[in-house]
Order: sequence, then C-alpha cells, then structure tokens
Amino acid sequence: MQETTYVDVGNIKPIAQTTQLNALLDKVAEHKGCGTSGGSGKASCGSSDGPEDMDPEVWEKVKNHPCYSEEAHHHYARMHVAVAPACNIQCNYCNRKYDCANESRPGVVSEKLTPEQASKKVLAVASTIPQMTVLGIAGPGDPLANPEKTFKTFELIARTAPDIKLCLSTNGLTLPDHVDTIASFNVDHVTITVNMVDPEIGQHIYPWIYYKKKRYTGIDAARILTERQMQGLEMLTERKILCKINSVMIPGINDKHLVEVNRAVKSRGAFLHNIMPLISAPEHGTVFGLNGQRGPTAQELKALQDSCEGEMNMMRHCRQCRADAVGLLGEDRSAEFTTEKIDAMEVVYDAETRKAYQETVEQERQATVAAKNAEKEQLAQLADAEGISMLIAVATKGHGKINEHFGHATEFQIYEATAKGAKFVGHRRVDLYCQGGYGEEDSLQTVIRAINDCHAVFVAKIGGCPKDDLKKAGIDPVDKYANAFIEQSAISYFMAYVGKVQSGEIVHQVRGDADIRQGAYTAAVA
Amino acid sequence: MAYKIIGSQCTGCSACEPECPNVAIYEKNGVFMINPKKCTECIGHFDDAQCAAVCPVDNTCVIDTSQPRYQAA
Repeated sequence: MQETTYVDVGNIKPIAQTTQLNALLDKVAEHKGCGTSGGSGKASCGSSDGPEDMDPEVWEKVKNHPCYSEEAHHHYARMHVAVAPACNIQCNYCNRKYDCANESRPGVVSEKLTPEQASKKVLAVASTIPQMTVLGIAGPGDPLANPEKTFKTFELIARTAPDIKLCLSTNGLTLPDHVDTIASFNVDHVTITVNMVDPEIGQHIYPWIYYKKKRYTGIDAARILTERQMQGLEMLTERKILCKINSVMIPGINDKHLVEVNRAVKSRGAFLHNIMPLISAPEHGTVFGLNGQRGPTAQELKALQDSCEGEMNMMRHCRQCRADAVGLLGEDRSAEFTTEKIDAMEVVYDAETRKAYQETVEQERQATVAAKNAEKEQLAQLADAEGISMLIAVATKGHGKINEHFGHATEFQIYEATAKGAKFVGHRRVDLYCQGGYGEEDSLQTVIRAINDCHAVFVAKIGGCPKDDLKKAGIDPVDKYANAFIEQSAISYFMAYVGKVQSGEIVHQVRGDADIRQGAYTAAVA
Repeated sequence: MAYKIIGSQCTGCSACEPECPNVAIYEKNGVFMINPKKCTECIGHFDDAQCAAVCPVDNTCVIDTSQPRYQAA
C-alpha cells in the first residue's frame, strides 16, 4: 500500500486550478461528460449515441458501468461486497442496527464478509452472471473507514479477475488520505455522498463525525466534512478518476440547497450527479424516520433533477441498492450468493466466456442505438408537438426492451417523451413483498399510485382486469410494443398521440403526481 | 473504571476495534467486547475514549461502574 498524505483541514486549498484539472473540466464541458443530444436538453449519462459525441477515454470508462451510464444499466450488472462495516460519521437517515433480507436500501446488508470471502463471492458471481462487470464497495459502513479491508479486497480481486472494474462509494471524510491508494488500484469510479456544502444545513443532517481521534458535533462536524469532501473530489478529478456525487434529497432541509451542491461539485469536475429521494419510515428507526421527516414525491424529485440538468449529467436510474446487492440495477440476486451457497459452489473463473458474452451484449446495444436513431429521424418530421410532453411507464427485464408482464413487474422505468425524443427519467418501485396481507386489488392501486403521473404504461402482456382499472385511472395500457425497443416505441406512441391531439380526437391533459416508494419494508419479514 | 460495550446494542460494525490504543477490544459471537484489564479509558493516549467516540449506537460504549477507576502509572 502506498503512503498517504495528510492535509490539515486548515490547509485545504480552494478549487484546484491545475492544468490537468482544467483540461478535464474542458473535456467534461465540451461533451458534458457522457451526455448526448437527446431528450429535453440533455439525456442522462451515456443514454444514446455513445462514442461519437464523447471523449473515447471517458467512454471506455463508463460504457459497461451500470451506475455511470444509463444506457449500460440495461445490459450490465454490478455487485457490492459488504466488507466495510465500520463508519466514521452518523447520518440522520441511516440506522446501522437494521437488517432485513427483504429490504433494499443503502447501508443495509445481510452478512458481513472478510476480503477473502468477498473475493470468492466475486468470482462466483462473475462466473454465473457474465454481464457482471463492476465490483463496488459501498459499506454497509464507509469503505474508507475500513481501508485495510477495502484495499485488501481490491487487491485480491485485481489479481484473480482483472477484467472487473473496481469502484467505491464514500462519505468523503477520509478520502483525501486515500486518493493515491485508490489510484494505485486503477479504480476509475468513485462516488461521494454530498448532501450539503453549507455547514449550517449540514448540522441538520449529520449529528456527529469521528475525525482524527475526536468526535465533532454540530456545525464543526459539518464544516470538516464538507471541506474534506470537496478536497477529496478535487484530488480525484485531478487524477482523472470519474466522480459521481450522490445527494439525498430531504424536503425542507436540503432540497433547495442541492442546486448549490450541484454547482459546487460541477465546478470541481464531478462527472455525474445522482439526486436520490430520502428513504424514511419509522420502522427503519432512523432519526428522520422517527421524527416524521418525509421523502420527496416523484414530481418534486424530477423537478429538482430537471433544474440541475442544465448544469451537468444527472443520474436518474439509481435504485438505491443494498450494500451487498448483486445483479442488474433493477434486480437483486444477493440471496443466491450467500457465503454458505458460495462455499458449496465450484468456482472456475472463465474470462473467455465472459468476454464472448459481453461482445454479444455490445452488438445488442448497438442495435438499440440504431433503432433509436432511426426513430429520431422520423420524429424530426413532426413539425409541432404543441409543447406536449408525457411520461410513460415501462415494464422491462432489461436489454432496453419492453419485455415484462404487467403483473410481474417489481418496478416500472419512467420515460419522458417530447418533440426532442424519449429519455429515461426515473423508475418506480412497486414490489409488494413486505406488505403481506393485501389483496390483488390493493396491489393494483399501489401500482397506479406509483405511475399516476404517466399517460401510458408499456408492457409485454397484461390481463383484462388491470387493463380496465388502468384506463379508469387515465393511464393507457399498451401491449402492442411487446419485445420492441423502449425508446423507439415511446417515440412512436408519442407521435401517434400528438397526431390524435392535432386532429381533435383527444384532448391533451396533464397528469398528477406519484409516489416513489411505498409501504413499509419490514412488516412481513417472517 | 474501564469502558464496556453493551452487547445487546452492539451492531458488530467493528469501528471501535482498530481505534483502541490498548488493543483491548475483541470480537465474540458477532459483537465486540472490551477486556477491562487492558482498558485505560484512553487516559494518557487521547482526550476522549476512542471506542465511545466512534461507536454509532448511542449509550452502547459506556463506563463500566463495576470496575475500579483506572489509575495512570
């Protein structure tokens, strides 16, 4: 391990003005990270054209990272290993005591692993899921509060499975001390959770931090944290490591302030900003859960993401997954890979098969891009959409296609269709596993509440009853695009819709708001 | 007095273990414990007891009043 440099809080320099950083910022500004020209304004990261409008160096880093490229997340999977249980700060939205196999949110994990167990798990998963390209360490504490365990895990995996990308997600408090080590492991993606750049606001989010052998509270704690986060971010971007910023949107506390956070991280070269809704329920036992702090609604979240989008790339496909999640972002296969099951597995790491599989995926995604471009040309003929925009919910199992039955969907992906095209703007969870005791009618109402802001829902198949109820709720159930590409279908549907509005056949109406996540996730653990 | 960890509240996160200057903390059955014979309440090392400063659960790493007060040599 390399020696780390300590920089005193008082010595933290202002925004770095090194030529390297400037060069990188220029690059980012030029093509806006991996932004594309689609959608209203700018599409989410890497959502369409890919290499043509992007620095090849950046594209190479993001093209098969599901968290850094919206487009990649339809095809590639990630896994987290829970090797880092300790944390050095306390957040009001986190309760470390809590674990539920049926719960999915950051900080939650079912079993802790040693670096050796983690390394074996990675090999087992990589052999079973060839599209698993990314290994992240995201806790359940903070990876950099457990540097030995985190870097030992990286070392073991880099040795046995060198094709797997390594990344980590940190609160940033000790980040400046570890940047050189991070770089030495060729980690090219680091996520920092930044909920504020103003200690006045920070004191309402962080009750305390543990820094240099002392516990700090209140404004002092928040000031140290924000200074260290910004310093760490600058050090990473100087080394051309791509940085994603995660921010938890807490209505009434930092919701308006996140626009400033967005500016602050953009000016320091952050690549992608992921604004996530606060997850808060009394059952979680968090400070926010217990004091009744609510999370944002779907439209509140979207409005904030939209307002930041002009500034930089926004990530909208985050599923706020567990610290031991496995699989595509919308799924979690962690239960298949418990330590017990892995011990029983015969693991052979087959790099060739993985490569072959990933080449197939590449061909598949090129087809997706081609299909979307063809449809866009068609869209250009639509002279006037009369300012109409609509949201469409999509049931999908991945691969960028409409390939899931309505009744089987555990989440819906949300696409926004406008005269500029179709773009992914979010997703809604509708899985009901922890709500036990509810009838089917209730679950349908849950789905309707979750997609209530959508004009239509695209599915591979749907039964007669839910179809009627959806229509009654004003949501058009559409199964005619079964197994077709999502964006292409959305554009086609949108054009037909605008046509009907123009001919006077229907009147365009604006939809209401929707819930992001619903229900308690602890009720039916048994 | 030494510090003790209330086992029923310990999350087993391991944050305390590497911070102890006396290597008095060990894991047992998924939770962490302090060897009172080794604990010096961090006197002579730090201003604050490190285990208590880093522990994420309030009132879990506390003074064990059943133990005699630590006397610096």
